[in-house]
Amino acid sequence: MDKFTTLTGVAAPMPLVNIDTDMIIPKQFLKTIQRSGLGKNLFDEMRYNPDGSEIPDFVLNQPAYRQAQIIVAGDNFGCGSSREHAPWALLDFGIRCVISTSFADIFYNNCFKNGILPVVLPPEAVAALMEDARNGANARITVDLENQTVTGSDGRSHAFEVDPFKKHCLLNGLDDIGLTLEKVSAIDSYETHAAQSRPWV
Amino acid sequence: MTDAPTATPKTLYDKIWDAHVVDRSEDGTCLLYIDRHLVHEVTSPQAFEGLRMTGRKVRAPDRTIAVPDHNVPTTAGRDTHIENEESRIQVEALDTNARDFGIHYYPVSDIRQGIVHIVGPEQGWTLPGMTVVCGDSHTATHGAFGALAHGIGTSEVEHVLATQTLIQKKSKNMKVEITGKLRPGVTAKDITLSVIGATGTAGGTGHVIEYCGEAIRDLSMEGRMTVCNMAIEGGARAGLIAPDEKTFAYVMGRPHAPKGAAWEAALAWWKTLYTDEGAHFDKVVTLRGEDIAPVVTWGTSPEDVLPITGEVPAPESFTGGKVEAARRSLDYMGLTAGTKLTDIAIDAVFIGSCTNGRIEDLRAAAEILKGRRIAPGVRGMVVPGSGLVRAQAEDEGLAQIFIDAGFEWRLAGCSMCLAMNPDQLRPGERCAATSNRNFEGRQGRGGRTHLMSPAMAAAAAVTGRLTDVRTLMAAETATA
Repeated sequence: MDKFTTLTGVAAPMPLVNIDTDMIIPKQFLKTIQRSGLGKNLFDEMRYNPDGSEIPDFVLNQPAYRQAQIIVAGDNFGCGSSREHAPWALLDFGIRCVISTSFADIFYNNCFKNGILPVVLPPEAVAALMEDARNGANARITVDLENQTVTGSDGRSHAFEVDPFKKHCLLNGLDDIGLTLEKVSAIDSYETHAAQSRPWV
Repeated sequence: MTDAPTATPKTLYDKIWDAHVVDRSEDGTCLLYIDRHLVHEVTSPQAFEGLRMTGRKVRAPDRTIAVPDHNVPTTAGRDTHIENEESRIQVEALDTNARDFGIHYYPVSDIRQGIVHIVGPEQGWTLPGMTVVCGDSHTATHGAFGALAHGIGTSEVEHVLATQTLIQKKSKNMKVEITGKLRPGVTAKDITLSVIGATGTAGGTGHVIEYCGEAIRDLSMEGRMTVCNMAIEGGARAGLIAPDEKTFAYVMGRPHAPKGAAWEAALAWWKTLYTDEGAHFDKVVTLRGEDIAPVVTWGTSPEDVLPITGEVPAPESFTGGKVEAARRSLDYMGLTAGTKLTDIAIDAVFIGSCTNGRIEDLRAAAEILKGRRIAPGVRGMVVPGSGLVRAQAEDEGLAQIFIDAGFEWRLAGCSMCLAMNPDQLRPGERCAATSNRNFEGRQGRGGRTHLMSPAMAAAAAVTGRLTDVRTLMAAETATA
């Protein structure tokens, strides 16, 4: 997993609330057995006509946002299916950070496993950044994970909360499984104990 | 005389959580032990590939159960050939991974194959007090047994395969109480949709829900699974119902349920799995069972719920970002504000899914369809949740009722709930569905989904419009 430290980039505004993972990556693209290559189908049904041509109005089809690395989104982003194909598709497109007032739990968690930082900010801050994002390449947003701030083009900084363990893993690009396997003796002893206390499991 | 010191009262969630903590860091991050890991073909190939690349094994293959469901066709011949190449590759990958890593497996040729969340309880893999995970958000279903069950992403699937644990922080406790009795024609699906309508799709975010109250107690295990199944649509990763005599009766004798002395030991512990008097809940929602009506969804979010007696709402009646979202929904759904819900004509009916693909659901739909025909021009499909549900429905004569009514009687799988297989809506087609999500494109690009109970879907099939099932029940009573 790639580290996430600081990021300065163009943010795409997506004010729609309840953007679900079916929108982010429709199910026909879940048939892959790979993690890569999903970026071209990110937001597929919002982004392309049935004949495959681009829908010009869709934000990521607009010249200013084709290289966006950040999305500023409406409430409850990533709800619905647990498909990790959603963060895989975002990452493959080049998105490393999503900012919203709230995220669905599973999606939020999946982001951290893939080097994407989901940032929760209060409604006023998201509204301000949404305005900023509407200015396209003229308004670059800076996300600083170490200091837990998002800074808009007006220089206003918004502090955000993040779980210390998740932050540590993301800053250092750490592999969860490797970390857990360092605690294998604790797992062994739990299993030994559970075999006594709940032998039917 | 002084009172003896008493332990802090715990919720059901607290108790299951505490019994599974392997390790706890200072910041509260825990390593949680996983008792059952369910696996399907769509969210697992990258996880198994990860194990291969790192030379890791499945730590507890005997706790790992795999079944293909999302991608499989529901038509005959699928055990020898799957037409769609990508689907075939995914199912074959699961065949190979199950064999290579030595995990329990129900291939499509096995009568026990079906939707993973129906197979788990049916085979007795799901037991009270367990932790159950699966790379699928509807894992919440298993919470009906008083098991802590939730969906995970593919990275976490790999983590569980390799370590039999998950790295987690504890969620908050939320209580959803449904008091009193349900009225005739109102079902578990109406409860769960009404709760989402009341709390919104983010109402349970960060929480584990415990459903309780008389109306929940009165539900069968099948009904409880329907309720917990859609906890995720309310934003909660997991939904729970305390186990009781109905739970124990359902579990007893299942192939992988404990037997003999092990059963007695298990039962003794299971009976301690309830929320203590005075335990703290961070959030409480209470609905009166008597107030719940048969409901349908009108929009493209499961929170867009209204009683069938209602009208399509005006976007302006909402606030904030929901105004624009409702406008977009109505446009997508091809609906006009003010239209009576019962005036909305449908093209298709889908009965099935992990929400409503169990035997009781098929009985409820068949009850309405008995002696009736599907309306002209409406396409109907029944997809049982497992091969065993299918066989039972055939034994009970339900299959014949569906066939006589003009429905297609399919093989088990997820089918048109997420439309990864060939079972899809065409653009603009409108479907009365017993599944769990009405998202844009969910049942096929441009497809329009109205969520409802199996009885309501059957009623819509008969009239060709969204229909209040109670009007058909009244007719039955009148002619009886």
